[in-house]
Amino acid sequence: MGLLSKKDLKLITDPLADNNPVTIQVLGICSALAITAELEASIVMSVAVLFVLGIGNVVISLMRNIIPSKIRIIVQLIVVATLVIIVDLVLKAYAYQLSKTLSVFVGLIITNCIIMGRFEAFALANGPWKSFLDGIGNAFGYGLLLIIVGFFRELLGSGTLLGFEVLGNPIDKTGVYAFRYENNGFMLLAPMALITVGIIIWIQRSRNTALIED
Amino acid sequence: MEKRTDKNAYTILFAIAMVFIVGTILAFLATSLKSKIDENKRLEKQQNILYAMGVNENDEKSIAFISTDKVAGEFEKYITKQLIIQGDKITEDKEAYLLDLKKEHALAKDKSHKRRLPLFIGEKEGETFYIIPMRGKGLWDAIWGFISLDKNLIVKGVFFDHKAETPGLGANINQRFFMDDFTGEHITKGSVFKGITISKSNADPKNIDKEDFEIDAIAGSTITGDGVSAMIKSELKLYMPYLQKLKNN
Repeated sequence: MGLLSKKDLKLITDPLADNNPVTIQVLGICSALAITAELEASIVMSVAVLFVLGIGNVVISLMRNIIPSKIRIIVQLIVVATLVIIVDLVLKAYAYQLSKTLSVFVGLIITNCIIMGRFEAFALANGPWKSFLDGIGNAFGYGLLLIIVGFFRELLGSGTLLGFEVLGNPIDKTGVYAFRYENNGFMLLAPMALITVGIIIWIQRSRNTALIED
Repeated sequence: MEKRTDKNAYTILFAIAMVFIVGTILAFLATSLKSKIDENKRLEKQQNILYAMGVNENDEKSIAFISTDKVAGEFEKYITKQLIIQGDKITEDKEAYLLDLKKEHALAKDKSHKRRLPLFIGEKEGETFYIIPMRGKGLWDAIWGFISLDKNLIVKGVFFDHKAETPGLGANINQRFFMDDFTGEHITKGSVFKGITISKSNADPKNIDKEDFEIDAIAGSTITGDGVSAMIKSELKLYMPYLQKLKNN
């Protein structure tokens, strides 16, 4: 790896597991609960956060020496909101169908605490390149978790993946439904997302006991 | 020593400059893109109206509107009349589809105001479609749609959309599996208006019974579903005097 030093690489790989933004830093839980009922929505949200967090982290990092500390949270919020609104406007003008798909995510991104969290914890104290890596690293970690949760929720809740009926048709009783299998509608509701995230945290901490706090 | 960026004067100046810069960028972008965005919205309305009367490029599963470069021509071709109904007064208006329902809802809060109701009449393969625009409330924000009826008041097609329903749950009201269920449903029993209810206790998930006035709900999106039911009932009701007359003729 000529491009990335070991330390830089760590910025990307750490958030995937041992410093995962959702399971360890407990950031971005609200959106992880809200939109993981389907795998597709999870993927779209992950890509959107990847984009915003990567660029947002760089912008904040470039501004880190001129941002007044007393109003830094407001400044961060304005930077994210501006970025998201610019993208939204441009998409509305030039890629209208895409903007329709993404519009529901706009509010979720602006208020996503993972973005404010990384600005505050990392970009304000580090250079742009490092901040960029931290941004995409955390977005990957967040996306990974969203996709895992989305996978199980859609599979067990609706019996589909990305809209394809992988388990058969529940109304015509084909596939596994022929053996009296039923979808668990509870998986589609927010509490089961919390429980799924909980199970992932449980597995992660029992594999790596160093993560357990007293 | 106090850092430069901690001083009050700096903070205030920074805030003013930031607001000014961000405001300018956004205002510039919004105004320069406005005509393009409005055009997109106008074409989308035409696409939605045509979709509800079955003029679309759907294949087995997906939703495909008439493409934007063709939609204006197709709209001209299939939509033969656009009416605005206000009480007993019915006027033709070529731009009825641009009527802003949100504003009409706001005006209607004043009881003396008679709401203007747009109605689009379409012709396809010798059949006549009456297409009604609707607007209501979902869980988070506005939902809207178009419903097309034949003259016996049987649903020929619908299109729903929303501003910000939960992705994967309420947001699915604009998916085929939900919208296609409406086709063939009745909205009246004899001459009594029933509307269509999004039902969680639907005993008819395969949707064979077309006269139960019920559509199978989407699991996990109760409030959005209730919003759709309420929207259909409250909006179609306003058109009933006109539609009943049609049916009796």
